[in-house]
Amino acid sequence: MVNLNVNIGGLNLKNPVMTASGTFGYGIEYSDFIDLNRLGAYIVKGTTLNPREGNPYPRMAETPSGMLNAVGLQNKGVDFFISHIYPVISAYDSELIVNVSGASIDDYVTVAEKLMPLERINAIEVNISCPNVKQGGMAFGTTTDGAAQVTKAMRQAWDKSLIVKLSPNVTSIVDIAKAVEAEGADSVSLINTLLGMAIDVERQRPCLSTVTGGLSGPAVRPVAVRMIWQVAHAVSIPVIGLGGIMDGRDAIEFMLAGARAVQLGTANFIDPAVTMKVIDYMTDYCERHGVKDINEIIGMI
Amino acid sequence: MKKILDFRIVENRHFNENYSLLVITPADYSTLPRMRPGQFVQVAIPGCGITLRRPISICDVDVEENRLSLLVRKAGKGTTHLISMEKDEIINIVLPLGNGFSIDGIDSDRRIFLIGGGVGAAPLLYLSKALRKKGITPTTLIGARTPADLLMIDEFSRYSDVRTSVESQDAPDHCGLVTQHPILSESFDMIYCCGPAPMMKAVAGIAKERGIECEVSLENMMACGLGACLCCVEKTVRGNVCVCTEGPVFNINQLTW
Ligand SMILES: Cc1cc2nc3c(=O)[nH]c(=O)nc-3n(C[C@H](O)[C@H](O)[C@H](O)COP(=O)(O)OP(=O)(O)OC[C@H]3O[C@@H](n4cnc5c(N)ncnc54)[C@H](O)[C@@H]3O)c2cc1C
Ligand SMILES: Cc1cc2nc3c(=O)[nH]c(=O)nc-3n(C[C@H](O)[C@H](O)[C@H](O)COP(=O)(O)O)c2cc1C
Ligand code: FES
Repeated sequence: MVNLNVNIGGLNLKNPVMTASGTFGYGIEYSDFIDLNRLGAYIVKGTTLNPREGNPYPRMAETPSGMLNAVGLQNKGVDFFISHIYPVISAYDSELIVNVSGASIDDYVTVAEKLMPLERINAIEVNISCPNVKQGGMAFGTTTDGAAQVTKAMRQAWDKSLIVKLSPNVTSIVDIAKAVEAEGADSVSLINTLLGMAIDVERQRPCLSTVTGGLSGPAVRPVAVRMIWQVAHAVSIPVIGLGGIMDGRDAIEFMLAGARAVQLGTANFIDPAVTMKVIDYMTDYCERHGVKDINEIIGMI
Repeated sequence: MKKILDFRIVENRHFNENYSLLVITPADYSTLPRMRPGQFVQVAIPGCGITLRRPISICDVDVEENRLSLLVRKAGKGTTHLISMEKDEIINIVLPLGNGFSIDGIDSDRRIFLIGGGVGAAPLLYLSKALRKKGITPTTLIGARTPADLLMIDEFSRYSDVRTSVESQDAPDHCGLVTQHPILSESFDMIYCCGPAPMMKAVAGIAKERGIECEVSLENMMACGLGACLCCVEKTVRGNVCVCTEGPVFNINQLTW
């Protein structure tokens, strides 16, 4: 038997496969296709203090080997999550991680305080990198000071495992990663979407209501692999890799580059059962390569 | 329950260079899941340079033959590839998706009016068949640019009283927009409509004015089709809701048009 068990900054996962925030709803949307209990962890959609309606339609445009989105953190707010969603999803035997966003540091902290008593939430992922909201979000994630400030405040508010999700839309993602490590993050996840834009040339209008949006899917994969490799060499906390992973092969590529766990995002739209295939592939891959424990391949490059 | 299934193409009926009817059956011979009129499927179309699945309405279901039909209009890369596929090729589909038209418990004496524009007529065929089963013969008005784009009229005629409206002069029935067809002056209890947004908005306007209940089927851009990504939202009186799960069919009272 191959060991797929990994530890991400105090969080013990039965395998390294997670789902990326905003692409997997609350998990329930996929329950007809997969056994949610088999996932290492799943990360629910971006949750904010107050309900948000998100950006106007159109919010999506397909681009070569990927897609742009400008959802803008539509969600019903943390209180709704606690009263309506958590009771349903806490029945699953996978680690549940809440992705938290805010317009101010106070917002982030209040959401964390509200989530703290929930027994089944052992980690939060702090989104300091959303390109689709005007205030906050990415503003924190694009400077070392901003990233450090949010991390510091969250570290005080949150005793359990703290994941900080990094933006690729920066000059040096290594500097940001080091700054959040210094303020006590237990792990970092990267990458969030790359800021992009597409124009409908017939209508002579931007494809998205917000003009610019976040690029995801296989188009971003080489950028993600490069950033994970750089960050994994620069920090000592675990790195969670994502960005364009479409199958098991891609997931292994991220782990070789230094990711201790991976997240699947856009891939879920194309194959709603992809996560199960990735878990199976990892066992196969290890067997083929004579590896008894998947931890042996992490950061080989 | 939703499924991911491989389908084998049993027949690809080319109507003209822009339209095809794909008749498909589960490749593993499994029984088709139950589907309601107005629901849709998400088709993966590999080998043509697209990434996401494409949403296509359920045009017809043949329970005895275990077959499903999709009416496809060439719109871009994905649909161009789809209409050129051949018998016995395999396509992967996620289905059934969305809510469907509300026809449960509908009284058999209700006068039902179906209005379809272009490829938007697709879901109305299965709808008319379901209504016929309930003892209702709906009136169906189909609009198109040219007579060559009036598709499957024989099939529609099996279940409903068909009228057509064509924009070009050589119209077999009425010439002009669907909203100008004289049949609209007759009285109806319920309208089900699917087609280009401007047409649906015009129909919704008429329905509102005359106090007729009306449902429309929207075609917003979709990524997941499962209610997970929130890309497909429509603004409603309850705020932004997902067209792929709470639609694609909406009562016009719910919309902000
Ligand atoms: C619920 C629903 C039911 C539909 N039913 C049918 C049907 O029965 N028959 C049919 O021919 N078409 C149907 N469509 C439209 C069909 O999905 C698009 O024509 C198709 O996605 C175009 O893909 P493409 O690669 O050929 O074109 P592209 O080059 O990708 O785009 C051409 C145009 O198609 C539309 N489109 C592209 N991608 C999507 C998407 N992911 N979701 C929605 N629209 C998109 C856009 O308006 C775009 O400008 C339906 C759409 C929806 C949402
Ligand atoms: C529709 C959509 C919504 C997203 N929403 C969020 C979000 O709420 N919070 C977040 O941190 N990331 C969000 N993301 C980013 C993804 O979690 C992920 O970082 C990105 O898509 C790259 O991974 P992928 O290429 O595997 O999709 C979203 C992405 C998509 C496509
Ligand atoms: S298409 Fe993803 S929520 Fe509707």
